Amino acid sequence: MSDLSFVRQQMLPAATPPVTERGAVKWLRENLFSGWLNSILTVLAVVSLFYLVKGSLPWVSNGVWKANSLGECRARLAEMGPGTSGACWAILVERWNQFIFGFFPNTLYWRPTTAFALFIAALAPVLYYGLNRANALMIGLVGAVLVLILAGLGTDTWHILLSAVIFAALAGAGWFAPKHLVYLTLAFPALAYYLLWGGSIWGPVGLMAGFGLAILIWMQLQRSLGMVVSASIGLVVAVVWWLWLQALVTGPLHSLLPIQLEPVDSDQFGGFLLSFVIGITAIAGSLPIGILLALGRRSDMPLIKLICVGFIEFVRGVPLITMLFTASLLLAYFLPPGTNFDLILRVIILVTLFSAAYIAEVVRGGLAALPRGQYEAADALGLDYWQAQRLIIMPQALKISIPGIVSSFIGLFKDTTLVALVGLADPLQGIRKIVLADINWKGIFWEPFIFVGLIFFVVCFSMSRYSMYLERKLKTDHG
Amino acid sequence: MTLAADAPKGGFRLSQLIYDTRYRSYTIQFVVFVLFVLFLSWLVNNTVANLAAKDKDINFGFLWARAGYDIDQQLIPYTNDSTHFRALLIGLLNTIAVAFFACIGATVLGVTVGVLRLSKNWLVARLMTVYVEVFRNVPLLLWIVLTFTIFSEVPKEPKDFKVTQEMVDSWTGPEDSRIYPATSMILFDTVAVTNRGTNIPAPLLYRPLGGVEVGRVPINFSTLAVIAVFGASIWVNRRIRAEAKAVQEATGVRPVTWWKSIAVIMLPTLVLLTALGLHFEIPAFAASDTGVSKGFNFQGGINVAHSFTALLIALVIYSATYIAEGVRAGILAISKGQSEAAYALGLRPGRTMSLIVLPQALRVIIPPLISQYLNITKNTTLGIAISYLDLKGTLGGITLNQTGRELECMLLMMLIYLCLSLIISAVMNAYNNAMQLKER
Repeated sequence: MSDLSFVRQQMLPAATPPVTERGAVKWLRENLFSGWLNSILTVLAVVSLFYLVKGSLPWVSNGVWKANSLGECRARLAEMGPGTSGACWAILVERWNQFIFGFFPNTLYWRPTTAFALFIAALAPVLYYGLNRANALMIGLVGAVLVLILAGLGTDTWHILLSAVIFAALAGAGWFAPKHLVYLTLAFPALAYYLLWGGSIWGPVGLMAGFGLAILIWMQLQRSLGMVVSASIGLVVAVVWWLWLQALVTGPLHSLLPIQLEPVDSDQFGGFLLSFVIGITAIAGSLPIGILLALGRRSDMPLIKLICVGFIEFVRGVPLITMLFTASLLLAYFLPPGTNFDLILRVIILVTLFSAAYIAEVVRGGLAALPRGQYEAADALGLDYWQAQRLIIMPQALKISIPGIVSSFIGLFKDTTLVALVGLADPLQGIRKIVLADINWKGIFWEPFIFVGLIFFVVCFSMSRYSMYLERKLKTDHG
Repeated sequence: MTLAADAPKGGFRLSQLIYDTRYRSYTIQFVVFVLFVLFLSWLVNNTVANLAAKDKDINFGFLWARAGYDIDQQLIPYTNDSTHFRALLIGLLNTIAVAFFACIGATVLGVTVGVLRLSKNWLVARLMTVYVEVFRNVPLLLWIVLTFTIFSEVPKEPKDFKVTQEMVDSWTGPEDSRIYPATSMILFDTVAVTNRGTNIPAPLLYRPLGGVEVGRVPINFSTLAVIAVFGASIWVNRRIRAEAKAVQEATGVRPVTWWKSIAVIMLPTLVLLTALGLHFEIPAFAASDTGVSKGFNFQGGINVAHSFTALLIALVIYSATYIAEGVRAGILAISKGQSEAAYALGLRPGRTMSLIVLPQALRVIIPPLISQYLNITKNTTLGIAISYLDLKGTLGGITLNQTGRELECMLLMMLIYLCLSLIISAVMNAYNNAMQLKER
């Protein structure tokens, strides 16, 4: 045993890994140069990125912000040195109002701006349900930004003060009684309508009164007559109110208390204002209709199933453009002679129906993915059809279908550009006017396309990120 | 919905129609039916009244009247003396043509991007993510109009491709060398992109087989012969592969077949094309003896309108992002155990992908792919923004405006699109059923 001259008593300290197995070198080897194919790809990617940045970065940063025509813009760029490439952002400065508001009267810009701010405030309690403090802070922030923008737009002091007070009140309500903010969400459609189109305040009030009447009747009769019957009675009463009674009540009220804003015609709407009006209304309308269609498609009643399947498959089989042209050309044939309502409203209705069919299919997928046991358990508890849907089925089915629903919404918002093809003045139409028709700016196209594309990108990308956030928030399983 | 188990007490009372779940559904359906019929008759009634007020009727006879307008992209012969029905057919063929190429292009690009997005290469994966997010979050119509604008603004005019007298006069090089114009053509001087269209070489035959016209639709025997020979080669190749598989099952060794496959697929078609005398007519300016170009535009070859190219490119880059997402989801849906098992069996990564992962992923990928193909077909209608004369442009555009028959044109157009959608989804569903996992 003793011919061993030396036995180590302690462990050696761990040697550092070789240089290729640690730090940045290891990361590079694993992620960029793990094989000859990957190395080629990396080199290709780096080279193309280099040329992309080299080509576009000076173009963006050299951009000219003040000029009255493309010629002036080019002259300024030439001053910077021969061969300087640069964007001509001046077009955006000049056309800013047209891109955002279309032909909305200059003096009334405060109205759509306020409506948009109110939209964010109304959306907050729905989007960030449960985060009350954050909601109140956000509403306060939106109010502050609104006041700044209104001041920038040159609105009169009275309106700025009014909006500051309203937003302070809303933020306060959000802080102390967050649940009550939902009333703002409910009243928002009428408010927005009033702010955008103007006219007498009693029109939107009468409209909301109809909804209130329907809901009241439905709540009262639901116990005794059941969901469907009471809802239909409520609806019939509301329709009677809107068609015949409303004018009798609101007319005298208007002559008694003539509160009104200057009316604005629909054909003055344009730019992103138009995209947002169509997009938001159609999104809000298509979800409930889509859910009803999905339920109808899975109903036991053959007739209802047939109608729903027929509607969904027809709408999904034809391009949206044909629906839009139906709105602009054919709807006049299907309505009573002499009816002539707004093109924007017609477009909104058909876009809503179009999107509802797609949402119905998404929700149907969610309903089909629920285990059968959930339906049976709801029946076993003695819930009736609507109670089961409301309490057991829909919360789970909608949760499953969130990604699909949101991507339908994104598609719908992107499709609002199609209204340019039936002659409405959306942002794309604005670009086409510049590129094709403006003598001063002939030959410019990258800048307006980048601007419009960027806004669409920001809106759609935030929607998709929000849907991911919602999925994570509503996730109840483990792991 | 289950039925409540309340036993009937006594006779039938009218209130049971509302309160008794056994009868309530009949009541509801009856009411809905009545309302639906009332609604339909209201629509029909309004339409009839409106048509009468405008002194119009519903009559498809206009389809046989002279169209009187030109269409620059026509796959079957058409002049402005042809009927509106012929124009409709041209439009339908243009729709199908752009949809067909867009589906192929979007699938190739989409699958590549989808696979690259899952690549281990950090940089490439990030770049692909950026591509997908950027292109799918901006409206398709914007891409179409932008692509078209780029095509009509950036390329030079046809006259810049000409060799002028001054160029010849001021030429100082060797006498017999070629003089280059201000702008040269691309791809070895075969393709010219001008601001009026893309001029590409046209395939022509020295010894064509001729053809006949059946019901005013021309049938070309040369094309038929090439298709028949190519189809036969594919069939023979399948036989060869089947035999190779049989040998592999019997002996465990797969015979080498790749050179046989290539020969069988390529050779007969090549021989036939050589026999027919295939050559390409390259677009060029007519030139004088001194080399000066004459005329205003390229002669010969095929001029592809920018509306077609732009629509195709925009559809491909936009739809590819959705296909890429589908492919990525499909590959991620295959559990890791599958590829680990393949590695354990000694398969290399490439073969693991092609033999184990992709066949299983295909089942997940195909259903969304079907709906993407449908979307591409429907999105071709956006071509009217750049005056591409597809079905929407001919029947739903010029024909509609010329004849003033909105109702007939729109209904016919919706019907045709509906049929197209149904056909595509039927074909793809059949393919899907063939690919589905065969369970017991």
